[in-house]
Amino acid sequence: MLDAEPEAIPKPEPAPRGYLYYRHALIVRITHWINAIALAILLMSGLQIFNAHPSLSWGKSSYSNRAPIFETGAATTADGRTIGTTRIFNYTFDTTGVLGLSRDGGRQVAKGFPSWITIPSFQWLAMARRWHFFFAWLLVINGCVYLTFSFCSRHVARDLLPTRLDWRSIGRSILDHVRFRHPGGAAAARYNVLQKLTYLAVIFVLLPLMVLTGWAMSPRLDSMPSGWVDLIGGRQAARTLHFVVAWTLVLFVLIHVFEVLISGLWNNLRSMITGRYEIAPEPSSREPM
Amino acid sequence: MADNDSRRRLRRNLLTAMGGVLLGGCDALSRSEWFPKILRAGEVLSRRVQHAVTPRKSMAQEFTERDLSPTFRSNGTANPEDAAYQAFAQDRFSGWQLQVDGLVEQPMGFSLQQLRAMRSRVQITRHDCVEGWSAIGKWKGVPLADVLSLVRPTSAARFVVFHCADPMDLAGTKYYESIDMEDAYHPQTILAYELNDSTLPIGNGAPLRVRIERQLGYKMAKYIMRLQLVDSFAAIGRGRGGYWEDQGYEWYAGI
Repeated sequence: MLDAEPEAIPKPEPAPRGYLYYRHALIVRITHWINAIALAILLMSGLQIFNAHPSLSWGKSSYSNRAPIFETGAATTADGRTIGTTRIFNYTFDTTGVLGLSRDGGRQVAKGFPSWITIPSFQWLAMARRWHFFFAWLLVINGCVYLTFSFCSRHVARDLLPTRLDWRSIGRSILDHVRFRHPGGAAAARYNVLQKLTYLAVIFVLLPLMVLTGWAMSPRLDSMPSGWVDLIGGRQAARTLHFVVAWTLVLFVLIHVFEVLISGLWNNLRSMITGRYEIAPEPSSREPM
Repeated sequence: MADNDSRRRLRRNLLTAMGGVLLGGCDALSRSEWFPKILRAGEVLSRRVQHAVTPRKSMAQEFTERDLSPTFRSNGTANPEDAAYQAFAQDRFSGWQLQVDGLVEQPMGFSLQQLRAMRSRVQITRHDCVEGWSAIGKWKGVPLADVLSLVRPTSAARFVVFHCADPMDLAGTKYYESIDMEDAYHPQTILAYELNDSTLPIGNGAPLRVRIERQLGYKMAKYIMRLQLVDSFAAIGRGRGGYWEDQGYEWYAGI
C-alpha cells in the first residue's frame, strides 16, 4: 500500500449565511408609508362621502333615464323586517349588517357602508370631505416626490421596467405565483416580472386614474377645458370609476400584503423600514435562471 | 384545540380593539378644536390652486336638450314653511320683489315682471350636489351682472349675499349664501326664473334662484328675497358666509 497522506478531514463548511442587500432607498421607504396611510384614510373618508348618496350611475348625470348600476338601501320584507340591500345591475342581494343596514352605536342604522370602515364613523359629510381633500393633497404631493426621485435615480428604469428576460419568464412567474413559490438567492434581490407589472399599473394607471376621476367631480375643474369630463364617460361615470378603481387598489393592497406575508414578513418589513433585505444563501424554492 | 380557539379569539379581540382605537381616534380628532383646522389646509389649497389653473371666466359645460334629466330633483327645502312666503306664493309672486341693497350706489327693488323684461340667458347645465348626485336642467334667467350694473356696487363691495325665504330649523334661521364678485360677474351666473321651459317650480326655488355653475348645489340659493352687497360676511349668521358653511361645509364649493 502506498503511503498516502491521511485524507484531510473535511472541515465543516461554514454555515451558509445570507447577506443584507440595500434594497429600498430612503425616499422610496418614506413615500411608501405616507402612501399607505393616505390611501387608507382616503378609502375610509371616501366611503363616508359615498354614504351621502349610496348609488352609482353611468353617464353625464345621475338622472338620465338609466337605472343606477350599483345601489345600497334598506327595505322592509313581507314579514315586516328591515333588511339592508345591495343592487348590482339587475341583481339584488340581502347584505344586512354590512351594506345598506348595519349596527352603529348599538342599533341598526340605514347607511351604505358600515361605521367601522368610514371616517368619521358616523354620518358627517362635511368632515369626511375635509379628511379626504387633505389626504388627497398629501397623496399627490407624495406621489410627485416619489416620481421625481424614481425617474432621476433611474429607479423606474432599473427596478420597475421588465427586461427582455423578464418577458420571457412571464409564464413561469405566473406558475410560481399560483403555487405560492418565491425565488430565493440572487433572484430574490430583483422584483419578479408580475411584481414589476403590478407596481407599474398601480403607479402609472390606477393612482393617476384616481386623481383624474377625482378632478372630474369638481365643477370648477370641469370648466377647464369645458366638456373634458365626457371623455371619461361623464361626471357620474367619473364618480363610478373613482369607486371601482378605489376597490381595485384595495384588491392590490390585499394581494400585496398576502405576498409580503408568505415571502418573509420580517425580511420584507425590515427592507421597507431600514432598507436592508436579506438574501438567503441558496435558492429556497427554485434555481436561478 | 381549546387553546387554538382562545388564541384565535384573543387575536380577533385584539384586532377589533386596535381598529376601535384607530377609528375612535379619528372620531376624536374630527370632534377636536384643532385638528379640523389642520385638515382645512387641504380645502384652502384646493381653492388657491383651482383659481390659479382655471381662468376667471372659464365656462361650465353646457349640454343639449337630449341630456336633460327627466325631472329635476328638488333637494333641501321643497316648500318654505314661512307665512310671508306662502302669501307671495298664493298670488303667484305678483306682490314679490327682489330687494338689492348694501354697498350699492342705488338700492333697488325688482318685481318678477321687471326681471323677466330684462336681457335673459338660457343655459343647459349640470347641477352637482355635495352629496354626490347630479342633474341636468335648462335654466332661463337674468344675468346677475345686469342687475348689479343697475344698482352700481361701490368699490368696497366684495361679496353678494343671498337672503332666502326658507327657514332651516325650529328657531327659524333662514337660508343664506354668498359669492365673491368674480362669480357674481361670471356670464353664467344668472338669477333663474324658468326651469325646463316652465315657470320655476316651488320645489326648485320659485320665484327666483341663483345659478353658480362652477360650484356645488348648496351655493345656488333658492327662494331669494334679497341681495345684499357687503365687504365682509362675518356679521351674518354665524359668520361663515352661508347656512351650510355655518354647519361646517366650505365656503368655496368648486370641488
